[in-house]
Amino acid sequence: MAEATKQLGQNGLNGADVKSKKKRNGTGSQVIRRLSKNRLAMFGLIVLAIIVLICVFAPITAPYGPNDYDLQMIYATPCLKHPFGTDALGRDILSRLIYGGRYSLALGLCGAGFGMIAGCVLGCMAGYFGGICDNLIMRACDVLSAIPGQLLSIVISCVLGGGFFNTVLALCIGGIPGKVRLLRAQILSVRNVEYIEAAQSYNCSSAKTMFQHILPNTYAPLLVNLTMEIGGTIMAAAGLSFIGLGVQPPTPEWGAMLSAGRDYIRQYPHLIVFPGLVIMVTVYAINLFGDGLRDALDPKMKH
Amino acid sequence: MGRYIIKRLVMTLVVVIIAAWLIFTIMFFVPGDPARIMLGSNATYEEILAKREQLGLTGSYISRLAKYMYNCFIRLDFGTSWTYETPVFEQLVSRLPYTLIVTVSQMIFSLIIGVPLGIYAALHQNRWGDKLVTVFSMLGFSIPGFWLSLEMVILFSLRLGWLPAYGTGGIEYYILPVIGMSLGTLCQNARQTRSSVLEVMRADYVTTARAKGLSSNKVTLKHIMPNAMLPIITMVGGSLGGLIAGSAITEQTFSIPGIGLYMLTAMNNRDYPVVEAITILLAAITSICMLLTDLCYAAIDPRIKAQYVQGGSKKVRRGRKKNG
Repeated sequence: MAEATKQLGQNGLNGADVKSKKKRNGTGSQVIRRLSKNRLAMFGLIVLAIIVLICVFAPITAPYGPNDYDLQMIYATPCLKHPFGTDALGRDILSRLIYGGRYSLALGLCGAGFGMIAGCVLGCMAGYFGGICDNLIMRACDVLSAIPGQLLSIVISCVLGGGFFNTVLALCIGGIPGKVRLLRAQILSVRNVEYIEAAQSYNCSSAKTMFQHILPNTYAPLLVNLTMEIGGTIMAAAGLSFIGLGVQPPTPEWGAMLSAGRDYIRQYPHLIVFPGLVIMVTVYAINLFGDGLRDALDPKMKH
Repeated sequence: MGRYIIKRLVMTLVVVIIAAWLIFTIMFFVPGDPARIMLGSNATYEEILAKREQLGLTGSYISRLAKYMYNCFIRLDFGTSWTYETPVFEQLVSRLPYTLIVTVSQMIFSLIIGVPLGIYAALHQNRWGDKLVTVFSMLGFSIPGFWLSLEMVILFSLRLGWLPAYGTGGIEYYILPVIGMSLGTLCQNARQTRSSVLEVMRADYVTTARAKGLSSNKVTLKHIMPNAMLPIITMVGGSLGGLIAGSAITEQTFSIPGIGLYMLTAMNNRDYPVVEAITILLAAITSICMLLTDLCYAAIDPRIKAQYVQGGSKKVRRGRKKNG
């Protein structure tokens, strides 16, 4: 008896061991481990984290306010007092870039995020219900994708006018068809597997099946797409502001700053050099991280 | 195959018609009265009413939509520009060549540099060349094209005086717009080519080809490339739409009088006939590009061709049904 108890205890211990080991080797921790080994991705993540922190704590990190003007110092070239120089009103470009990062990063995140949410809902419905619903959604996507995303953004941005939310809407609509297709393909690949049948068999509602059982199993490509899309959306937002749409001056958005400095590139190139560099570094960091994330989530993709 | 092409052309037409309806509807419900915008704030109520009548802005949504669709698709008349007071079609015909020259050159440039770079990187995987291409392509992918163009203008036009900064004319006017605005696409091409070539390089048939003693050039050209082409073609087909849409920014940056700049000006002036016509034109071009992409698939991949040719399609469908 004692022996049996001992054995049971050992088995129990072994079971717990296995369990904790399993936990350590779960998909999430494996992904994090693979990601942390990727030096470029980690570099991207650290740079991105620094940029985000600097922008979030702008009132502390920025040397001046975004609209503090100094008419004695207009168009100052980079110096100790103004490391990135000043603009036409003597406003400090570094401070405007730091404050502007809040808009640009938020535009990227919201534009890509809302597009992803809309794409998820529509893609889930198309893939899960199939039939007429699938047909209607996919044909609508065909029409939307016939109009290039950037053109659609320009039209919608012009129609709705400037402002943060209108720009987010303009940015996210163009990306929806691609995400619907991605989601639909993912859902079709898992729709008929056993755990979905099991969920349906205990009378799980369609919405619950879609969002609790199917979506979590298709998260990998979505996450990678979202990450890469954030960088693209930041550039698209800057492009919109650059042609005079999107976020309007005096909001210190990065693209709007580029647009404002454009007429003076001959005399004061620093007006456009620094905003462009900041956009480039941010998008590069996001893309490096996204690339590493894809490799970590799908090791087969890594060559 | 012929039937497939006809079917796809009909589908393309339907998509373009729906896109036209979509853009008309957006423009119809836009806040702001174009007549009031055009006449300015000093115009009287009567003047605005007369202008609305003249521009055809009276009538219900349905009647205006029907008239618009009839004019666009039956009479092929896109109306008259409210700002320039010239037929939109004429303007489009005169401006389209500029946009096409820039866009097609951008595509060719990004292909002839991007694809070989990607192939080189894949064939020299994990060596210095590959690492350089990978880092360069990721960096190029992250640079906003308009910013790079401006920097190039500062360097090559304003400082060195080698190339003109804006305008149109000889080939020298197109160098900066093409290189500056297509670097992102070029880098994307390189990345996509690298990853699709690497994927194919691991296939069993490539190992077999090497094992039977084929030279490495032959393996690359005959076994790897044809199989790696499909994702590359998808990417090229998709990138053309993006490049055409991006022509608005290119043309504004370099003051090229193409349809992108025309569209932006029209947008700011609320010149609806122009905006609608350009959207329809671009939707048609994008849809035709998609169709050409699909036809290229068939030309390259015999498996896809087998689905299109008569008889083959039935067999494939039957096979699919059997496999559930």
